[in-house]
Amino acid sequence: MKTTARASAYTALNLLFFALAGTALLAWTYDLTHETIARSEENEKLKLIAQIAPPATYDNDIMRDTVQLAADKLLGGNGTTLVYRGRLNNQPSIAVLQVIAPDGYSGRINLIIAIHSDGSIGGVRVVSHKETPGLGDYIEITRSNWITGFNGASLENRKNDEWKVKKDGGSFDYMAGATITPRVIVKAVHKALQYHAQHRDELFADTGEQRAAPVPEQKLHVPPPSAKEK
Amino acid sequence: MAYQGIKDIFYNGLWKQNPGIAQLLGLCPLLAISNTVVNALSLGLATTLVMTLSGSGVAAMREWIPNEARIPIYVLLIAVLVTVVQLLMNAYVHSLYLVLGIFIPLIVTNCIILARAESFASKNGILASALDGIAMGLGLTAVLVVLGGIREVFGYGTLLSGIDLVFGETAKSLVITVVPNYHGFLLAILPPGAFIALGLLIALKNWLNLRAERKAHGANATVAPVEGGCSTAH
Repeated sequence: MKTTARASAYTALNLLFFALAGTALLAWTYDLTHETIARSEENEKLKLIAQIAPPATYDNDIMRDTVQLAADKLLGGNGTTLVYRGRLNNQPSIAVLQVIAPDGYSGRINLIIAIHSDGSIGGVRVVSHKETPGLGDYIEITRSNWITGFNGASLENRKNDEWKVKKDGGSFDYMAGATITPRVIVKAVHKALQYHAQHRDELFADTGEQRAAPVPEQKLHVPPPSAKEK
Repeated sequence: MAYQGIKDIFYNGLWKQNPGIAQLLGLCPLLAISNTVVNALSLGLATTLVMTLSGSGVAAMREWIPNEARIPIYVLLIAVLVTVVQLLMNAYVHSLYLVLGIFIPLIVTNCIILARAESFASKNGILASALDGIAMGLGLTAVLVVLGGIREVFGYGTLLSGIDLVFGETAKSLVITVVPNYHGFLLAILPPGAFIALGLLIALKNWLNLRAERKAHGANATVAPVEGGCSTAH
């Protein structure tokens, strides 16, 4: 009896040791890499912004003309997000919102959405996601042009019940094999347009927060907003 | 390690115990994704990488792992190892990560990885286990690529579509359009197509084995049928 107990305790301790060592190794690697990863994601995002907010639509420095937005359930996330604001001749022309679709097939899908001041979509891009490779990843612009189906859509030219995938009776395409993914993206884009409609004027109002911190000279690079969020 | 040993490892991985058409372990996620050659190849290579790492990792630790708790420890070891590699890839070789990295979470707790840890790496040295991982991975890659090729031709009418994601924009000219203006065949793209095509591949392997057996032992020879393994919760 005693030896059984000892053997069990030994096994349990051993398991505990492996669990602790594994956790420590993971934590250390995360600590080592998370800044580099955040930076490369930031760079990817800036490239995507350039795709959906074409230079002709604004003449200001859109990457610097930013403001923090308070969390809103229409934006999907729990933290503040940065909005990039484009102006043409000092008139608001385009806003790039960062939105989260929280209910993807495998977790959150981070999106950026450019909305013209008339309320129509300039473009949508997926910044990061964990959808099934080969099935749900057609939402990436590099894999298919599905995401460009949002271009030009607005609350005016698509009625409320059209903001669904075709399978559910809406007007947006989807691909067989993965319908949850496009469904939640359509929902998130719809909500972002509603947010834009409600806050159109506030988005471009100059608040004290804007340009609070002078940014060192750097081309096409802003400090990662995550630093402020945390 | 003796030459014969290495030869056996590769013969087992590539043909006799091929994970794709003989062991049939942990195939569900793999089958779902093998709808084009490029997807299949990326997935196969990621699996090879993970199996090589997990095999040598388990082999290195096998002296310290108590027999009663070995399975949870293997799972833990493999998950930690692969997550670390995934993070490092994401941080330092981002372009490679974009191609292969996304497949890694899909295969990390896959049944075949655990099966090789249990049946090979726990009983063999680090080098042999790493080689076993490579051989099994390449065997699986070969099957997936054939499967991906069959499904892509029938499903999309092309071959190698999406290769520009792996080798850059210049590789786009490598895409072969087998059937121009093809309207697509949904069954081949969806998972059932994978099972049907895999069934045919297994039948082909059994037929080849039977033929070889008949040549060696005369007309009455039989071949043991393939037996399936475990399934993963997907």
